[in-house]
Amino acid sequence: MAEEILHEIKKTKTEVTVNSGLHSKHDRAEDILDNQNKILRALESDDVRAHFEGALDNQLVLNMGPQHPATHGVLQLVVSLDGESVVNTVPVLGYLHRGYEKLAENMTFHEFIPHTDRLDYLSPLANNVGYILAVEKILKIEATPRAQYIRTICCEVARIASHLVWMGSMAMDVGALTVFLWGFTEREKILDILDILTGVRFTTSYTRIGGLALDMSDEVNARLNAFLDQFIPKFEDCRNLIERNKIFINRCEGVGYISKEDAISLGVTGPNLRAAGVERDLRKDEPYLVYKELDFDVPTYTESDVLARYYVRIKEVYESVKLVRQCLAKLPSGPINSPDAKQVLPDKGEVYSKMEELIHDFMIINFGTAPEKGAEAYQAIEAAKGELGFYIISNGKGYPFRLKIRSPSFVNLGALPTMLDKAMISDIVAIIGSIDPVMGEADK
Amino acid sequence: MSEIIQQIKEKFSGANGFSGFVFSEINNFPMLELPKERLLEAAKILRDEFKFEQLKDLISVDRFTKLQRFECIYNLYSLTHVTRMFLKVRLDLKKPEVDSLFPVWKSANWSEREAYDMMGINFIGHPDLRRMYMMEEYEYYPLRKDYPLMGLPGAVQLPKK
Repeated sequence: MAEEILHEIKKTKTEVTVNSGLHSKHDRAEDILDNQNKILRALESDDVRAHFEGALDNQLVLNMGPQHPATHGVLQLVVSLDGESVVNTVPVLGYLHRGYEKLAENMTFHEFIPHTDRLDYLSPLANNVGYILAVEKILKIEATPRAQYIRTICCEVARIASHLVWMGSMAMDVGALTVFLWGFTEREKILDILDILTGVRFTTSYTRIGGLALDMSDEVNARLNAFLDQFIPKFEDCRNLIERNKIFINRCEGVGYISKEDAISLGVTGPNLRAAGVERDLRKDEPYLVYKELDFDVPTYTESDVLARYYVRIKEVYESVKLVRQCLAKLPSGPINSPDAKQVLPDKGEVYSKMEELIHDFMIINFGTAPEKGAEAYQAIEAAKGELGFYIISNGKGYPFRLKIRSPSFVNLGALPTMLDKAMISDIVAIIGSIDPVMGEADK
Repeated sequence: MSEIIQQIKEKFSGANGFSGFVFSEINNFPMLELPKERLLEAAKILRDEFKFEQLKDLISVDRFTKLQRFECIYNLYSLTHVTRMFLKVRLDLKKPEVDSLFPVWKSANWSEREAYDMMGINFIGHPDLRRMYMMEEYEYYPLRKDYPLMGLPGAVQLPKK
């Protein structure tokens, strides 16, 4: 604008000089006055005001992660910001990509079990069970009732353990530090029980084709009962710490909203979908293991914000406690491995003393248990994060031709840009925490 | 088999002009194999008429055959009818292309990016077809059967000292 005015001044000056020779004195003076007025008017008009276009509403691109404590692992977010509100988000995955689907094609079904521990590393038992159910489906084996009950207990205990970590870390994301430690105290007790049950605290690798690695002893049963008796009061203590805290409620309520239609279209499953008002749970809809015989509810909320997701998971913990209690009461006696000698690993004691068992052990360990040629199977379980599915294609050998893992965290993270739309920058961590992603699973 | 699957079978029969639509079964889940040209059309019908609201997963398979080497298997789920079904299309190595299902289900965005990254399948009409896990300048498709398990030496450019 200033340039225009300068130009105008210059123009008038030249006009004046040119005109000076042609017109009379009177005319010249009038012209000059006129031009001066013109310039003054131009200077007084609004256009002269200084404009700094785009200096304050510039979009800022901010990089969060992969080394960021609040992104729950190695999730990278590239966020473009308008002031303090999020305009667009691009999640970048792959920092923990280990190529499990490729690895699975090169090892027997048994050898892949330890790798499933490393998918969702907060609830390895549920992954073991989900994977082995898919393998048993393609092999057409069914586990014994006792093994089924123990597996159900495993799944639910894993869900409690996973939700305890989630509760602590999400509370920490919004600034409450104590719950994290209290939740881990309870989780530690679960891990101690798993130590006795599976022999390992964390990476359990507990299931085997047609059964389990170890039987559940009476001590585990007693300890689980004792744990559940003291767990609910302790859990309520954790809840009271944050649920009646005004800061926590204010930071969660109405934050990270996603509409029901968007959540469905984006393929969101598990607690995140149930918080959007869709009452769907694979334990009810496609019942696996012994869930048909058990009594439990599916907690559903309709608000679809961070607080609703919080309450869905909290209620799920109560349902899990109910389920574990029912399973422990109903737990049948009997063998844990199905009697199919050609496909199920024999007892280790018998391998060292009997010829037949030694041969079977050798064959199963070296060549794997082979499904029919061209067989395909899909099995999904309701893991702590959502639908965990395994699609297996076989070519008649002891290892899968193709194994596809449908990991809930991966698909749920796909909804993150929608949830973060127009959110405040300080709410980003709360929203990530409410999705409960585990990068080991999302990156495979 | 449930009622809804029966209705789908009637809808996609040859009498309604859907030739080349073959039904089979994958351990109790129905599987519909269809020509890739009609995938988008069939997906829209399945979502709008039969209420398959969710695309849960996309499974890409390398069969390692001369013809029709790749398969895309779509895992669909109906929240209304509580039913699961699979769609399958076959693709050639020369032109591994298929229509993107992003206009029908938004979850196709990431699933298709993953299939593109791992198997090298092109999805026509995808809004943002980038690699999901591998780096953008990587030239190979790791889940193809001709890609070695140990990887290819020198495939990743390391920073020079």
